[in-house]
Amino acid sequence: MHQQLLLNAEQMQITLQRLACQLVENHKDFSQTCLIGIQPRGTQVLDRLHTILKKDFGLSSVEVGKLDITFYRDDFRRTDKPIQANSTSINFIVEEKQVVFIDDVLYTGRSIRSALTAIQSFGRPKSVELLTLIDRRFSRHLPIQPDYKGRQVDAINNEYVKVCWNETDQEDAVYLVKK
Amino acid sequence: MEELSVNHLLGIKYLNEADLQLIFKTADQFKEVINRPIKKVPSLRDLTIANLFFENSTRTRLSFELAEKRLSADVVNFSAASSSVNKGETLIDTVNNILSMKVDMVVMRHPNPGAGVFLSKHIKASVINAGDGAHEHPTQALLDAYSIREQHSNIAGKKVVIVGDILHSRVALSNILALKKLGAEVKVCGPLSLMPKFIETLGVKVEPNLEKALNWCDIANMLRVQNERMDTSYFPNTREYVQQYGVNKSLLSRLEKQITIMHPGPINRGVEITSDVADSEHSIILNQVENGVAVRMAVLYLLASKIKAYAG
Repeated sequence: MHQQLLLNAEQMQITLQRLACQLVENHKDFSQTCLIGIQPRGTQVLDRLHTILKKDFGLSSVEVGKLDITFYRDDFRRTDKPIQANSTSINFIVEEKQVVFIDDVLYTGRSIRSALTAIQSFGRPKSVELLTLIDRRFSRHLPIQPDYKGRQVDAINNEYVKVCWNETDQEDAVYLVKK
Repeated sequence: MEELSVNHLLGIKYLNEADLQLIFKTADQFKEVINRPIKKVPSLRDLTIANLFFENSTRTRLSFELAEKRLSADVVNFSAASSSVNKGETLIDTVNNILSMKVDMVVMRHPNPGAGVFLSKHIKASVINAGDGAHEHPTQALLDAYSIREQHSNIAGKKVVIVGDILHSRVALSNILALKKLGAEVKVCGPLSLMPKFIETLGVKVEPNLEKALNWCDIANMLRVQNERMDTSYFPNTREYVQQYGVNKSLLSRLEKQITIMHPGPINRGVEITSDVADSEHSIILNQVENGVAVRMAVLYLLASKIKAYAG
């Protein structure tokens, strides 16, 4: 197994800082905006961005939630391996709010398609945007593109992007891994 | 991730502990779903489920139907009272007729023990037993165990007493099997005439004295006296049963600790429990009903995930 480093800890931090700045630029005080992390791995990106927004921008009351899309997936009964559901915690209604989906890697776009359906259970958002740490270009199955992206990557089919976090993987890094 | 070890839910007997934990974990997520403003997910939208009730039911049938609809399945309902069963059709014929209408899963309640097992051997669809005679009622045991897990955070090591008509109760058998698999200690309490022979072989103890049983336990699951299944008189009269095996407020206040009261319903108020107990803070009876929908959604979802799409 061969892996190539795409982002090290410092680069990851700079990228997250930039993404947070871009969010502030568009959403100002976040009074009409909520950030939704897509389970399981988008929630790590969300937690980091939330911390930066609190510490560096003094935005302490940003509404954040975690959305699990398992029951909305379009490959239910079509994959060999069943998928474990994760928890959803959204303690507010997204009606007329600007929702920003947050995920680690955007690949086929199917998860985001499911998330677009899932979020409707919490009301009709005014708009939905997508923030992703890594955008795998030219691999989309659906017409879905990110509004905010950390880094674009060209990867072929037998490669995948591995995002590691200090909390779970003992380091902050992003790798391109050959299977 | 794991998946269920079975393709049908015929009884707790056929499940292992990992299956039970998987159902609970999945039910946790569905419980969140059914508390959303929009309580519906599209997972089962391309499946059709038949609810075949050859015996009366309100709660279980409604609960299954709600669970199915919240998973977006198409649902057909059948109850024996208004069907051709009364004209002499056999079970297999009735079910095969329904299956030729392309049904993927069957939820069945039947007065004969083993009806679900029999059916699962003869049809292609997944079968879920919603009660077969005095044998098993697996989803009730699952929701009871789930409610205990929710209330006490863990089931292993908890002391549960099942009180009442153990002999005619499918809830009792399924509950005993589930709780034992999850590591709880179980006692049964009731008139000896309503105790099945060899019940100890299930690993439970019989405690004929209600007050002693309640003082021992953390959770008491009160069962209804199933008059409709009684071919003879098992105790002198209801008044005497109430005096010995009915739970009331003054009995609970005499106990050394606070215990949780459960009941699978329907309640005969004033017989197995009094109204003030049923409606008290000790009781989690309505939580059980809510959890019933979440647990049944989990069972349907996990069994459905084993039916492959376009598998011929």
